Formats: sequence, C-alpha cells, structure tokens
Amino acid sequence: MMGVDRREFLKITGYAALFGLGGKAAMDIFAPGELEASMQGPPLTEGKRWAMVIDMGKCLEQQAKGKDGCKACTEACHRVHNVPDWGNPKHAIKWIWQDKYEHAFPDQPNPFMTESVRHQPVILLCNHCFNPPCVRVCPTKATFKRESDGIVMMDMHRCIGCRFCMAACPYGSRSFNWGNPRKAPKDLNPDYPTNRDYPERSKGVVEKCNFCAELIAKGELPACVQECDKIGAHALTFGDLNDPESNVRTLLQEHYTIRRKPELGTEPNIFYII
Amino acid sequence: MYDGGKIIIGLIIGLGLLLSPFFYNAGKAAKAPDPELTQKAKEAKVCVAPTTYMRESHFTLLDEWRHTVVRDGERYYTSDDGKKYYKGLQTTCLDCHSNYSKFCELCHNYVDVDPYCWDCHILPEEKK
Repeated sequence: MMGVDRREFLKITGYAALFGLGGKAAMDIFAPGELEASMQGPPLTEGKRWAMVIDMGKCLEQQAKGKDGCKACTEACHRVHNVPDWGNPKHAIKWIWQDKYEHAFPDQPNPFMTESVRHQPVILLCNHCFNPPCVRVCPTKATFKRESDGIVMMDMHRCIGCRFCMAACPYGSRSFNWGNPRKAPKDLNPDYPTNRDYPERSKGVVEKCNFCAELIAKGELPACVQECDKIGAHALTFGDLNDPESNVRTLLQEHYTIRRKPELGTEPNIFYII
Repeated sequence: MYDGGKIIIGLIIGLGLLLSPFFYNAGKAAKAPDPELTQKAKEAKVCVAPTTYMRESHFTLLDEWRHTVVRDGERYYTSDDGKKYYKGLQTTCLDCHSNYSKFCELCHNYVDVDPYCWDCHILPEEKK
C-alpha cells in the first residue's frame, strides 16, 4: 500500500498553508507590482481633473488677423473626429464652435459693455462639468463621467438617441445625428472621412466633444489646443485642475476668469479669461 | 366532398411548390468560406489571441475591448504571450486584416450575421 505517513501528511499541509497564506506577500517580495499590473491597464490619467482655460484676448487678437476670423480649432477638431458639415445649422454637429459673447454668457447682460467684447465670437465646447446634468438624465448610462479624470464621455454603442441629454445640457454642447454622417453632402465634405483612425457615428445618436480622450491617452494635447499652438495664438490651455502647480491653475491664479452659467451649479471645467 | 380530385391535385401542387427549395438544394452543402490572410497578417504569424479562439470568439474579445476602452479607459491589451496591443478595431485589427471582402465578410455572410460595427467604424480601402 502506497501511503502517506503522519509525518509526511503534516509536512504537506504545512507547506500548503504557508504558500496559501504567503502567496500574495511572496509575490510582493519577489515580483513587486507584477500581480496588480496584470490586473489593470497602464494608468493613463488617474486622479486628474482635466480643464481648459480660454484666453479671449489672445483668441480675439487671432480672430482680427483673418478676414473671416479664425476657425482653426474647430476645423482641426472636426477633421480629427470625422465631424461632417451638413450645410444646415439645424443639423449642425458641434464639438467646438463659436457664438457671440451675449449668447455664450446670457447671465452677464450689460448694455454699456466694451466694444472689444460685445458681439465678439467666443469659443464654446462641452464644459465637462464636475456635476454634469446630461449624465444624470441618460437612461442607458451611454453618457457618463469618467471617475479617473472627470471627462464626460459618450458611449456611442449604448446611445439610443432619446436626446434627454440635449434637453438637460444648459450649454447646447450636444448634437444629434439626424442623418447618417456618410450621407452628408459630398460637395461640402469632399475628403470625408477625414481621419481613418477614428470612427464615425451612425444616424440617431447624440455626440459631443470628448476632450480628445483618445489623444490624452497617448499623452498628447487635445486637437484644438495643438492647432491653436501651431498657428501661434496659444489661446487655449489644457491641464489638470487637481494639481496646484499646473498650467491651468497658474493661469487661474494670475487672471480673473468666468465660467458659463455658473449659477446652475454644474461646475464647468472650461474657464474664460475675458 | 365536391370537386375532391381538383382540391387534392391543387394541394399536391401547392405542397410541391412549398417544398421545391428543399428538393432543389438537397444533397448540396453550401461551400464553407475560405478567408484569405493579407501579406501583413501572414508575416505577423500571431494574432492577439490563438487562431482558434479568434475564429470562434473574436466578437467576445471585441466586445470586451470596446467596453474596457470606452468605459474604463484601458487602451492596452496584453496577449497571453505578453505582447502589448493598442485596443482598436480600426487601428489594430484592420491594420493587418485590411481585406474586408475576402476576410470578415465571407464568414459573416456564410453564417448570416450582420454586425453593425461598420455603421460607424471605417472599413479599410481595398484595391479592386
């Protein structure tokens, strides 16, 4: 009979208990970090709170240079994200766009305002609110706030096109695809899709600015900021609000800034130096 | 039964018409598709997971990828052999498998599935 004697049995159970209890500790000693690393991807923007500071002075200076103003950031963004031009404002898809000061800041009425600001174009985009109302109303959680860095994201796979979020957003930052973007007029979009590395959308989903989550993941700045820096205007600054030494926090310390409709309590993360 | 003969003949003809596709195709199995690999895919030799798994369950992997990328922001995938891949249908999968009509489409047609990936994701340009 092939048996295990008492001594042998105790030895086996002893080693087994030792290994079972010490498994994780042993891993930590011999291969530190390996266990956790295999369970999650590389941390990309953990613990950040992304924000943007828009310097109106610099932007308007650049606007004054061109005959039709400056649309560099809008064009760059829409090129990178395959946003088509429908040629009809009712169907327009907006990620980053311009509107007059009075429309951007309707809570700042002032009949004696300086002409340098009155009727002037303001760069507008999704505010990536700290307290986003669009997220609260979404019935499918297709739009959600990333816990890691505060970006308000859209999951196009899950959007059912109910447009509650569009009704909830006080900034008009969301657009509905009334038609298939591939059927947008060819004469207005000759080389559509403009970026073959990024998807398009389908008819019946809502879309908006995603703060270039796909570029941030690679350690790049959002497309609008890159373009603004490229033309030398440097009106857009992107950074982390959670870091007291960051570029955006420095700008916010040095300048007086305003946000859109702060009285609504959405806590926008886009700041304007007027 | 009035006109019994005519009714029975009519029924036989009707039944015959109904079953004609079965007789027509009897004994003939639809040819199993033979997807082609592109030169780039052949040279790479390995996909992100073993071939059998990819053949049977690529949609499970893609579903997992889309979920982890969009919702959790995890953009890298580590395969069993330890290699890291950027998770992306357009940027990673279709980079090698750039022959949609001779790869994806063949099997999808054979098993009669109509994935809606391509409603938004852009197919690679193929040389005619």
